[in-house]
Amino acid sequence: MIKGTMRWLDDRLGTSSFTRKAMDKVFPDHWSFMIGEIAMYCLVILIVTGVYLTFFFVPASREVHYEGPYAPLKGVAMSAAFASTLDISFGVRSGLVMRQMHHWAALVFVAALVVHMCRVFFTGGFRRPRELNWLIGVTLLILSIANGFFGYSLLDDLLSGTGVRVAYSIALSVPVAGEWLAFLFFGGEFPNTEFITRFFVLHVLLLPALIVGLLTAHLAILWRQKHTQFKGPGRTETNIVGSRLWPSYTLKSIGLFLLVTAVLAGLAGLAQINPVWLYGPYDPAQAAAATTGSQPDWYVGWLDGALRIMPAWEFRGLGHTVANPFFPGMLLPGLTFVGLYLWPFVERRFTKDTAAHNLLDRPRDAPVRTALGAATLAFYGILTVAGGNDVLAAMFGVAPETITNMFRVLVFVLPMSVFFVTRSACRSLKGTNAHPTEGVVGHHLRRTAVGSYEEA
Amino acid sequence: MTESDADSVVEPGAEPVPASSDRATERNIAVSLVVSTLAALGLAMVYIGGGQAQAEGALLMVALGGLGVAVILWARLLVPGPEITDERGETGSPAEDAEAVEQNIEETLDDAPGEMGRRSVLRLFWVALGSLGLAALFPIRSLGPSPGRTLLTTAWKEGLRLIDQEGRLVRVDTLVVGGTLTVFPEGAEKAADAQAVLVRVAPGLIRPRPGREDWAPEGNIAYSKVCTHVGCPVGLYQEDSHELVCPCHQSTFDVLDGARPRFGPATRALPQLALDVDRDGFLVARGDFDQPVGPGFWNLG
Repeated sequence: MIKGTMRWLDDRLGTSSFTRKAMDKVFPDHWSFMIGEIAMYCLVILIVTGVYLTFFFVPASREVHYEGPYAPLKGVAMSAAFASTLDISFGVRSGLVMRQMHHWAALVFVAALVVHMCRVFFTGGFRRPRELNWLIGVTLLILSIANGFFGYSLLDDLLSGTGVRVAYSIALSVPVAGEWLAFLFFGGEFPNTEFITRFFVLHVLLLPALIVGLLTAHLAILWRQKHTQFKGPGRTETNIVGSRLWPSYTLKSIGLFLLVTAVLAGLAGLAQINPVWLYGPYDPAQAAAATTGSQPDWYVGWLDGALRIMPAWEFRGLGHTVANPFFPGMLLPGLTFVGLYLWPFVERRFTKDTAAHNLLDRPRDAPVRTALGAATLAFYGILTVAGGNDVLAAMFGVAPETITNMFRVLVFVLPMSVFFVTRSACRSLKGTNAHPTEGVVGHHLRRTAVGSYEEA
Repeated sequence: MTESDADSVVEPGAEPVPASSDRATERNIAVSLVVSTLAALGLAMVYIGGGQAQAEGALLMVALGGLGVAVILWARLLVPGPEITDERGETGSPAEDAEAVEQNIEETLDDAPGEMGRRSVLRLFWVALGSLGLAALFPIRSLGPSPGRTLLTTAWKEGLRLIDQEGRLVRVDTLVVGGTLTVFPEGAEKAADAQAVLVRVAPGLIRPRPGREDWAPEGNIAYSKVCTHVGCPVGLYQEDSHELVCPCHQSTFDVLDGARPRFGPATRALPQLALDVDRDGFLVARGDFDQPVGPGFWNLG
């Protein structure tokens, strides 16, 4: 049957020549090349579970009174969106697992994107000829974070509604155009009846289409340029060492897909995520009880942390205001992503290295780059932790003021220390040949008959 | 094209896997597949039985996991892993192709006919394209109303009585000292930007700013509940320190001192709602808040 199908297709499309070449394509075997694949497989799960959820989710803000099986909210006024989320969780058989799998897949998806990006950054994988894929990758990260936020916001629960409120206020703070920007994007003053429908279209149509399109380009470019590889015996700039696409790599990749999905399914069933029924529907006048100690999904935690530890400064003058949230909420992410986009070109400017690179650096090979990357991670790490300043204050029994002031110092001191420590660690490692996972590399000595030693 | 077999080299020293290990692997594959099948059937049973989230997730994990393990073991079994070395080949095109493409495009552009000449035609083309792009932007205006004065005013007016979230009128003695209540203007209990937090403090404690001495009858003092940072409801009242705290980003406002920010990212005081008592003892507003409510924006001044 396989033979027949292949012949039939080849007869019409001439696919066999391509398939023959494709099957022989060589992929490197290093585990770190799998991280991007994990992200891709999370995206597959997101699409499958997401399509299922759209069959039941009602993207409307009209008010309904809940009459479902979840007793504590019986008769409570809420949006149709929130009510349908409760239905998915309690009324639709297998709905809760699908919902939780979707949420977990989103969390792991962005995490895998970030780790994948770190891998590419710390090994210099973005250098010529792969700048295009770096740019596409940064765009994918931005779109994915945005889409995660839109999806989270659709449920219209107390937590997500507060998040949308914050996002609206950040849009409002933009100099000159902020008011128009916020009113056009959110459909008027917040809260309003427009944004759920709008976010729904963005979340299930526009952004997924962009993400899938860009991912396709990302993979096509990867296919064309072939993978990078680590330095090692027999590996040069002009060859590629690894296993063939068929059957070895294909089977391993299918296995990885199944295992990633298995982990997400396990999380979906056993690890509760975003129990919106405990938060209740969004009510602009209510936040105190439920939102104390509430944190957004991890990938926007750094923004929330930045909002929290930003000192009470803003610019007022000439009859205008540049409000406080603009700096942590707009300027910081703006600089972050512009910095990421420009990095390959900035680095080339400093190193004057315009050659094409197929062999990867080990992080220690580029001490300044590695130290900058580590410092950047420390900076955003501290901001993320600062997003939980209320939780930490309660946990350690300290005043929130103390914790916040501590973070205001740490956010500068820690990245700087990390930079210098990492740079010196890289420089000293560079001299040795030590490899963290392959043990210490030394010399073999042999004792000669007369009792002296010589290198074996 | 250099991806053909002829260019590939099988590294020497790849050991053939011993047969006994093959049999063990085969057995493990079989076990994984059986476990996966059982879990999948169990999953179907759970669904038929009414569904149960934990069981569904766990069984799905085992079903997928068993299949995944089997596939990976199979990969090991079939391919006893020699490393393959392949040439990359050139990415760039041969120079003659590149030149041909560039030349072709240039010639086409140079060929633009007519008496006006290529440059003017080309310029007109860009003008037309730009105009079309500009015109295509206008429908964006339909996405939302004009901000106008929306952000500067709320539903509060002089003489409007205060109601709580259930619509009950609020009397001057509804709250005991230390109590708080979320209030709205009568007839606009859904107006999120009009929400105010009413606090009752011992009257002597308030340090009113000039001109605000009679804004808090019998210690009833009201501020906008919309945080001036990013608009969360300022819902936590700490009675001992007379502070209102925003739970989102911990901005802290001093109730006794005109709700000036004491800590956190908020830069502006919570706007105050001047209160009065009508003939029947109900609290009423003397007008709108003294400032626009909520987070800052460009035209706030």
